Amino acid sequence: MTAFIIRRLIQALVVLFLVTLMVFFAMRLLPGDPIRMLVSQTQEEEFTREQLEALRHKYGLDQPLYIQYIQWVGNLVIHGDLGESILNHIAVEEEILKRLPITFHLGSIAFILGLLIGIPAGVVCAIRRGTWIDTVVTTLSNIGITVPNFWLGVLLIYLFGLYLGWLPVMGYTSPFQDFWQSTRQLIMPVFCLTIFPISGIARQTRSSMLEVMRQDYIRTAWAKGLRERLVISRHALRNGLIPIITLAGMGIPSLLGGSVLIETVFSIPGMGRLAVSSLMSQDYPYVQAITLIMTAIVIISNLLVDIAYGWLDPRVRYS
Amino acid sequence: MSGEVTLAQEITEVAPRVSELKRFRRVFFSRGVVVFGMVIIFFFLVIAIFAPQIAPYDPYKLDLTNILRNPDAQHWLGTDTVGRDTLSRVIFGARTSLMIGLIVVSFACLVGISLGMLAGFFGGWTYTIIMRIIDALMSFPMILLALIIAALLGGGLKNVIIALAVSLMPGYARLMCGQVITVKENDYILAARSIGVGNWGIMIRHLMLNCLPPIIVMVTMMLGQAILAEAGLSFLGIGLEAQIPTWGGMINDGRDYLLSDPILSFAPGLALMLVVFSFNMVGDGLRDALDPRLRGTL
Repeated sequence: MTAFIIRRLIQALVVLFLVTLMVFFAMRLLPGDPIRMLVSQTQEEEFTREQLEALRHKYGLDQPLYIQYIQWVGNLVIHGDLGESILNHIAVEEEILKRLPITFHLGSIAFILGLLIGIPAGVVCAIRRGTWIDTVVTTLSNIGITVPNFWLGVLLIYLFGLYLGWLPVMGYTSPFQDFWQSTRQLIMPVFCLTIFPISGIARQTRSSMLEVMRQDYIRTAWAKGLRERLVISRHALRNGLIPIITLAGMGIPSLLGGSVLIETVFSIPGMGRLAVSSLMSQDYPYVQAITLIMTAIVIISNLLVDIAYGWLDPRVRYS
Repeated sequence: MSGEVTLAQEITEVAPRVSELKRFRRVFFSRGVVVFGMVIIFFFLVIAIFAPQIAPYDPYKLDLTNILRNPDAQHWLGTDTVGRDTLSRVIFGARTSLMIGLIVVSFACLVGISLGMLAGFFGGWTYTIIMRIIDALMSFPMILLALIIAALLGGGLKNVIIALAVSLMPGYARLMCGQVITVKENDYILAARSIGVGNWGIMIRHLMLNCLPPIIVMVTMMLGQAILAEAGLSFLGIGLEAQIPTWGGMINDGRDYLLSDPILSFAPGLALMLVVFSFNMVGDGLRDALDPRLRGTL
């Protein structure tokens, strides 16, 4: 198991290194110039060529690309320094530390709800296959995996925010500051974000459980007179859960991607919204940092899924 | 001799051979939701192809004397903030969405299966280099990767297509690579090699055909994802030019008028959901009909 974990860890580090290369060089090699963007935003009449060069020098953009890359990674690894925003001169890590907990708060509730609702829904569908519950849940989960979450957000804002006036339509409040207001503000965005994981996990659990329920050891469990509850929880679900772990792990990138759209719809000041605004203004340091953090979260979650998979299924460890 | 014939007849009578096509048709059309999906896709394809003939108005024509008009006999879905007919824009939006979906998936599929084939077939360093790059690309949340590429390239049809194709390509590469690694161990590949078929011949004539079923399923499902991702980009304002009718752009434009004219956002969103739902359901049906073992993996 240790060799398996070390092998996966090395792979994850290689992928992370490649991601840093991709993020950095994509920012530099593709069209768009942050200095011109800065100049146009400050709305000063005219910048001389020398002033432009001085600005370029100040942000290190006049250095060769590989030097810029080494400096960026070096600062990141040694000092945890993600650079400074070109447009508002705030330290990137400072802003990210403010916004990451917001995205994490939103995403973690959506993820946990996905598991808490999706797994039991899938189990019920599998053990009551062909009944009305199965039909209703399967239909809802088919709709749930395809509904555009940003459109769902707009529908909810119309219905519960504007028409009925039950919930606030935008913003974010820390639960430590005002728990009730925070919960009210999170209901709609969390619903939009969690609808995909709930539906995906319910579908996967159903098909995985149906597969397991056909196995001989389940027939043996029935034959020896175990109660339904024990057959399901002790024999079927434990084996059926293995593919669900992969799906849950794969849900992390979709939650992060979803946060980009949902935070924009509900004006939540998280990482996703920052990604969109900094991309619009071509503020390289922000875009680099956000992308790197989001991909690092995905890589770590994939690593944990692989390790969990290897732990649960020895065949994976030795393949 | 006659005994052998009788035995053969008996076997035929006991287990009549069902043709693959018949079996496919029976499984594929057995679920109502799959048929519903097919009908919806066909409906939107017709609308997209014949949009200029079907749309009652020019979707680009501004009419400032007729802004934010409620649905009536002349404008079934009303008009938007600059007086353009909403129904006509939804109809032309179908054209934009399906066209982008098809082009994006074609490019992503072509590049993805080529890379996956090379990685899976040659193995070794080719595998390591290609698949680590694919792993790196797959660690970006899909919409974020598309957003970064589209924003940096500067929006527009061509750039949106590139952005979405790059974001969807890794899925095909990984799937194809896994398929090739399994299929290339079969005896018929060894047989082909032993009669002197070269690497390219094996890849194109034998591996490609035998790896197709999951790829076909993925193409169908990814069409929905590509359409959804394009709508997401347009919704964020980083997609196509603002005047081009796109469902995502229309949903965003209608957000400011939700109380007075909710249909501006509802109508394109409903069309978007129906199309994505249909492609997913047809993908599900194809998966069950082509190879039920794929259930849970695709």
